[in-house]
Amino acid sequence: MFDLKFDENLCLSCPTGACLVKCQYMELDKEQAKEEIINIFRGKDSPVLKECVTCYACEEYCRRGNHPFYLITQRREDKGILTAPRAITRQWVNIGEPKGKYEVGRISKKALSFGFMPQFLDITKGRLFEDVMPSYFFGQEFFCNVVYIHFGNTSVIKKRLPGVIKQIHDLGVEEVVFMHDECFAAFDSLGPAFGMQIPFRSVHYFQYLYERLQTLKDLIKPLDVKAAYQRPCSNRLCSETHKYLPVIMDMIGVDLVQRTYEDENALCCGSIFRSMFGYDLAADVQKRNIDDMTDNGAQYCIFNCHGCQNAMTAKIQARGIKPVHLVELCRMAIGEDPEKGV
Amino acid sequence: MSNIRERLADIVGERFVSDKAEDLYFYGRDPGLMPAVHPDWVVLPETVEEIQGIVKMAQMEGIPVVPMGAGMSLSGLVIPQKGGIVVDMKRMDRIVDINEKARYVIVEGGTSTGRLNAYLNKKYPRLRFSIPDSPAATTVAANVMIHGQGRLTQQYGFNSDMVSGLEVVLPSGELCRIGSCAISNEWFSKGAPLPDLSGLFLGWFGATGIITKAGIKLYPRKLLRDVEIFVTDSPDFIPEIIYEITHTEMTEDINIFSQPLPLIFKDNHHVVIYFTGDSEEEIEFRKKTVFHSLDLFIRNKDGGFMSVGAGMKKSLLEMPQRNASTFADVTKGGGFEYSGPIITIDKYPQCTRKLDELAHKYDLKYHGTARIIGRGHAMMFAFSFTFNRSDADMLDRTRKALHEASQYALSIGGVFWKPTIDEQKMALQKMDPEFARLLKMIKTNLDPQGIMNPGNWESK
Repeated sequence: MFDLKFDENLCLSCPTGACLVKCQYMELDKEQAKEEIINIFRGKDSPVLKECVTCYACEEYCRRGNHPFYLITQRREDKGILTAPRAITRQWVNIGEPKGKYEVGRISKKALSFGFMPQFLDITKGRLFEDVMPSYFFGQEFFCNVVYIHFGNTSVIKKRLPGVIKQIHDLGVEEVVFMHDECFAAFDSLGPAFGMQIPFRSVHYFQYLYERLQTLKDLIKPLDVKAAYQRPCSNRLCSETHKYLPVIMDMIGVDLVQRTYEDENALCCGSIFRSMFGYDLAADVQKRNIDDMTDNGAQYCIFNCHGCQNAMTAKIQARGIKPVHLVELCRMAIGEDPEKGV
Repeated sequence: MSNIRERLADIVGERFVSDKAEDLYFYGRDPGLMPAVHPDWVVLPETVEEIQGIVKMAQMEGIPVVPMGAGMSLSGLVIPQKGGIVVDMKRMDRIVDINEKARYVIVEGGTSTGRLNAYLNKKYPRLRFSIPDSPAATTVAANVMIHGQGRLTQQYGFNSDMVSGLEVVLPSGELCRIGSCAISNEWFSKGAPLPDLSGLFLGWFGATGIITKAGIKLYPRKLLRDVEIFVTDSPDFIPEIIYEITHTEMTEDINIFSQPLPLIFKDNHHVVIYFTGDSEEEIEFRKKTVFHSLDLFIRNKDGGFMSVGAGMKKSLLEMPQRNASTFADVTKGGGFEYSGPIITIDKYPQCTRKLDELAHKYDLKYHGTARIIGRGHAMMFAFSFTFNRSDADMLDRTRKALHEASQYALSIGGVFWKPTIDEQKMALQKMDPEFARLLKMIKTNLDPQGIMNPGNWESK
């Protein structure tokens, strides 16, 4: 019912094969890259289907409007190629199962979406959110389900996402600010790529923060700290939002340290690698990532995803780096103290 | 049999004896499913001499005596089956002595695990004992008496294996020391190199005497603890997974659980692996070794390490854990009981399938959990059910499910842990007759009148 829109001709005429040439986890030259992505599109076997670690980065590397990672995911499912241990996939599918325990605030025309992560209630406080809160919703009924592309499983997304779209639409909202990349990408990228109609306007919270900080600019006191940014895999699905990050950092006086692993070269937090492949890949990626932060003098590590934060907090703290969510950092810049809840 | 109450008051003081209905009601039951039987008197002694006095008087009058710790076995072990005197040990809660370098502590028979834990935290932060996952009010002596298990069981066996000496009031009222303390002031061994007589008391549930002091081995407490969870979708993989993990000798404790709710746990089996270390490097080395020991399962997609969120991690690292009390309220009404046979790990798949079958058959909410004992030498597998205490039908269904679980465990080679009276009878029927005769010989010789916790380990 929902088929991926993918234009083979765009790949055939691609001058770079960037989707796979730039991959940080596989070694392919331009010709190999183009050949493999075409093979995958045509339903042939490809080592990429077995070796891809699901970092999502190829979605960003492709500048020609195709969706290489969605294609890889679809073909993996078609061929029954498991990415993760069965139990891990099952666990994640279970986590997203609607169970009637969602929470909806006082909904207005504009609302915040927390996906299924109630912890956002703890940080979406203060002046930054006063023009929208308590208009929010979260729970499995509002969970985007995009995470299943890690598991080579688009059918569960196709099954659940239309219901989620309807659930949000039925709230009567016109504009939704998504507090997590994957949720934003569900309605800005993945849903449309599979032919789903989205009846509300999707806003990424980076844009929301940027606009709010402009409004509240008189309150801003530059934080004057050095920080590294842990870019999550899911931001690759909505890479156009990444441009807001340096602008916001500039507004709040945070010096983003120059790193080897930043922007397009960002490294995964390791969480999903650990669950899928065991120790070595996750440990290697985490070590290189954190070494890169410390080597470049980061005092803070800014997180945009609670999954990354959970995976890396203990390790970065052990190296003397303080973890902080981007929202908390912005609140600190306008004189609020998120740790004390004020 | 006259003036018993007054004679008990003479021994322990007026404040510490009762025959009031409300007290007898309370002391006639435990939080499990066994039917209540009220005692005739309850006493709370404070000294060994008082216990000797109570037992001697009971011996003279032929009155049953039931020693009690916190009364939380769930299997009715301190329900006074023939009435008599319940001896509540809670006032005897002193920590008598500790030998830091020899790593043992001597506690009185009513000392709670919470008290000992707090004491070590404050005074000896580099030492620990094997804390069971029961409420902190449970007593150290009762826990070793029932062959309890705790956080160090995967390394050192049953908590009773970690006993380093006993002091016992015999059914005659005489006081006896067991182990190295019988010949020395040091409590470093419950037996070796002498004949090990601790078995005359451990596992008997007070039917052969009252433990008034227990020596407990202490172990190094590392600065850091952490936990990982390996998940698989088939119970058939569990025995091999445990074999590989225990081969590494890198873990503090290993538990397994499966449960249908919340949904995150549905249809999977979770191996919870605890690590300790004095540095991040030590912990990481241990983790790396264990992860690699399971590489084959990961490569074959038969299992993997799940992400453990901060909230879950905090809960899992608690000692004792409170998950059981949370589970008890899954079915509103606060009831929880389990049948927990000790059995070899290769039986895990059978046990977990039986648990599913029983839960379905009797329409009960359930939780399966296992604790690895030693380096995979055995496990305690708990067939756990939650029930509403005010729902008579549900209580009945739970009893039937537990009984069936016990029968099944016995049939596949399991041995009951802290068995109910009925389970003890089932065990006595199945065991080698010469072993049963030996039990009877010991019981008869130590307690010829049968006054000590009557009903327990009584063979015909």
